Amino acid sequence: MSVVTVQLGQCGNQVGHELFDVVCGDAHDGQRRSYCSVSRERFFHQTERGDLVARAVLIDMEPKVIKHSMNKAANSGRWTYGDDAHFSQKQGSGNNWANGFCVHGPRHEAALEELVRRQVERCDRLSGLMAMMSVAGGTGSGVGTYVTQCLRDTFPKSFIVNQLTWPYGTGEVIVQNYNSVLTLAHLYGLSDAILVHENDTVHGICARLLNLKHISFGDVNRVIAHQLGAVLQPALTTDSHGLYSRNPLGELASALVCHPEYKLLSMSTVPQMPSASIAYSTFSWPGPLRHLRQMLVSNSKMEEGIDWQVRLPAASERSRSLTGGGRGGGRGGGGAAAAAIFNRSLANLLILRGKDVYSAETGGFEDPALFTSWLSPRDAFSLWKSPVPFNKYEKSATLVSNSQALLRPLDDMSLHPPVR
Amino acid sequence: MTQSVVVQGDTSLCSAVGQCGNQVGCRFWDLALREHAHVNKTGVYDDALSSFFRNVDSRKSDGGACGFGGRIQHLKARAVLVDMEEGVVNEILQGPLSEVFDSTQLLTDVSGSGNNWAVGHMSYGSVYREQIVDKLRKAAEHCDCLQCFFLIHSMGGGTGSGLGTRVLSLLEEEFPEVCRIVTSVYPSPEDDVITSPYNSVLAMKELSEHADCVIPVENQSLVDIVNKIKHMSDGGKPGLTIRKDSSIISGQGGLRGAEKPFDAMNNIVANLLLNITSSARFEGSLNMDLNEIAMNLVPFPRLHYLVPSLTPLYTLADVSVPTRRLDQMFSDAFSKDHQLLRANPKHSLYLACALMVRGNVQVSDLRRNIERLRPSLPFVSWNQEGWKTGLCSVPPVGHSHSLLALANNTCVKSTFLDLKERFTKLYRKKAHLHHYLHVEGMEQSCFSEAITSLSSLIEEYHHLDATKGKLIPDAPRLSIAR
Repeated sequence: MSVVTVQLGQCGNQVGHELFDVVCGDAHDGQRRSYCSVSRERFFHQTERGDLVARAVLIDMEPKVIKHSMNKAANSGRWTYGDDAHFSQKQGSGNNWANGFCVHGPRHEAALEELVRRQVERCDRLSGLMAMMSVAGGTGSGVGTYVTQCLRDTFPKSFIVNQLTWPYGTGEVIVQNYNSVLTLAHLYGLSDAILVHENDTVHGICARLLNLKHISFGDVNRVIAHQLGAVLQPALTTDSHGLYSRNPLGELASALVCHPEYKLLSMSTVPQMPSASIAYSTFSWPGPLRHLRQMLVSNSKMEEGIDWQVRLPAASERSRSLTGGGRGGGRGGGGAAAAAIFNRSLANLLILRGKDVYSAETGGFEDPALFTSWLSPRDAFSLWKSPVPFNKYEKSATLVSNSQALLRPLDDMSLHPPVR
Repeated sequence: MTQSVVVQGDTSLCSAVGQCGNQVGCRFWDLALREHAHVNKTGVYDDALSSFFRNVDSRKSDGGACGFGGRIQHLKARAVLVDMEEGVVNEILQGPLSEVFDSTQLLTDVSGSGNNWAVGHMSYGSVYREQIVDKLRKAAEHCDCLQCFFLIHSMGGGTGSGLGTRVLSLLEEEFPEVCRIVTSVYPSPEDDVITSPYNSVLAMKELSEHADCVIPVENQSLVDIVNKIKHMSDGGKPGLTIRKDSSIISGQGGLRGAEKPFDAMNNIVANLLLNITSSARFEGSLNMDLNEIAMNLVPFPRLHYLVPSLTPLYTLADVSVPTRRLDQMFSDAFSKDHQLLRANPKHSLYLACALMVRGNVQVSDLRRNIERLRPSLPFVSWNQEGWKTGLCSVPPVGHSHSLLALANNTCVKSTFLDLKERFTKLYRKKAHLHHYLHVEGMEQSCFSEAITSLSSLIEEYHHLDATKGKLIPDAPRLSIAR
């Protein structure tokens, strides 16, 4: 039922803060009671006075960000972080994964484990742990990997999901590719599912869909939080039999991570529009769902500039895949080659929230051509629904996919700088 | 919060050595105080202050250091000031900054080093070794978590150059895990000290071996910048009014009294230090700590010379800053006018570049400008898109935003070649050599080793330059899973 979030490093703490803001606000607006109470139970611990305390542990190797987040939460008046739920040191990790993983992590292992244990013990029933971090820096990536390892040792039967933020391609940190590759290599053996957000993509969403002229990291983090919230807020799944699912992380992992070698998950949400426009827009299901499907097929990350030329292969070609068919598929991606490349999925999870969810037509996502040949669409495609509108959008759809979408960024990351 | 100690002549410890070092250091402390006063309205001794100052209640019997959260009693700089003649340090102690230093932080002698590196490094180095280590240790003990040492000195003289580099190697011996960032002021060709090439080259060897990161600043660049600003504010360009009191070169109304000749130049270097440490002191949306500087900008240990470039150098009279001005700031950072080293980075190879932005600048502005400027900047083959960026929300006093660019660029090679040439001119004739060789501990081999070290450093940069524009084939792909 409850998810304990571990926020690591500057990015993890900033994004985590926005996530709690989103879910608190979403469950706040006089929504249906069962939705509210499940959402609250999942993310917050309620004190006797009725105050909401986030089920979160804040970890960073320097104190400024944690202090800022905690103050901001306290000032919001709606929820706070626990007073004793944070850990910081005086000196950062210096963008050095090794510093985080080999020095800071082991050094503070006991204290960190204690903090997580305290949060877990406050849960009536633990549904899983989510670690939020970036892969470019030193603390998020290094300490985050070490903490994930500890979590796995301490809670071997729990579901552990990592939310990773990938840096801008043109650099925030020069050694980001070293840090990223080291992190992913380790997490693959530890995590149950890895949810990835790329700064470039989210930045694009802010610029083109939300029409923001001056984009700050706060804006970027809010978009990430919106997408995460759309996945983690209560939903009715096929296994939950008419009640909101009590096992979101487990169901997420079992729906999507069908093979231990394929754990990277990407997500898209439609619609995304400036908040001022929401009140003036009408929503219906067919349009957004069609867009979402084509976004999946053509590997477009946002609802603008979708390449409608990309089509699903005919049945005869279905055995070929992106890397099997074309040489170096995904690199460059220009010209005629792009038209032939489509994004094959291993599994997809569609989450619909809002009015008239039961009438939404989702057959298009069950097309066998979308998937690999070794899973039937019935097993590869999952559908969650919630009749409650999410975060002010009357209708919204989120697609979490286990597909080839992250191939290109991975390629870029592992090639620069070349390891001799 | 970490402290730094400034060795003048976390926290950071500032160590200033020599006349230049102490003068720059003095401006630095003045500006730092002003900056914190501007931000800290409550008078509470907070994290930001503690990175460079400690709070002392002198009424307490144990000379009592006060922890966070208390009211500010007396701020003492985390610094050690070293000079082999008393003039500059005495002046500091008689000026308004006297409260900020106490006698345990100072080390002076009377006769000076006679512009002789050997006297500074060998003679004074051995005589004062114990005392220096002692003072450094005391200053370090006052820090909860010492992150970095800043050393400020000049290369051309005797004390700053000789004793300064001795202090540097002591820092490495005594505190090997603490980062050492050195700001070195390089002499201009028309330097009035004839032996400055000797001093500089001898010091270079030490810098290459013992510093984590060196930020070279050329006197000549500072002179050029100051002259340009004076020219502009004296009504040079029409339609361009500059607020005199907000110029980076002025003391911004701080230290009263007539401004001394080098004050303007020293202010620029002091601003450089303030900006480097700003993200470690104040909050922002993308923090950049001091230990991240070396980590990101130094690809190979000896190639740790970073070209600094600072904007804006003056504030225009109109307060509102449209986006165009912001973009102009980024362009300026890559123009030669704003560099503190006379070299041409656009014609050489960038190994890495860091942008530290202060003020109300968002990540979209940063990305837009990086994309705009990137095509014209040649980067080395293995780091085509690598930039280190930091966003700090607190701008410097009197400005709405500022930008410090630190570039690890092979153009420093030309500065070193220049130095080598001037050295060789003197050394060929063995001019002035006997002054050095008379000093105990100094031998001719010191000179030859120093010039060899410099030559090999130049060679390493040259080697990287040769790869410019060549396509280096990609290494085979890393497989992450299976």
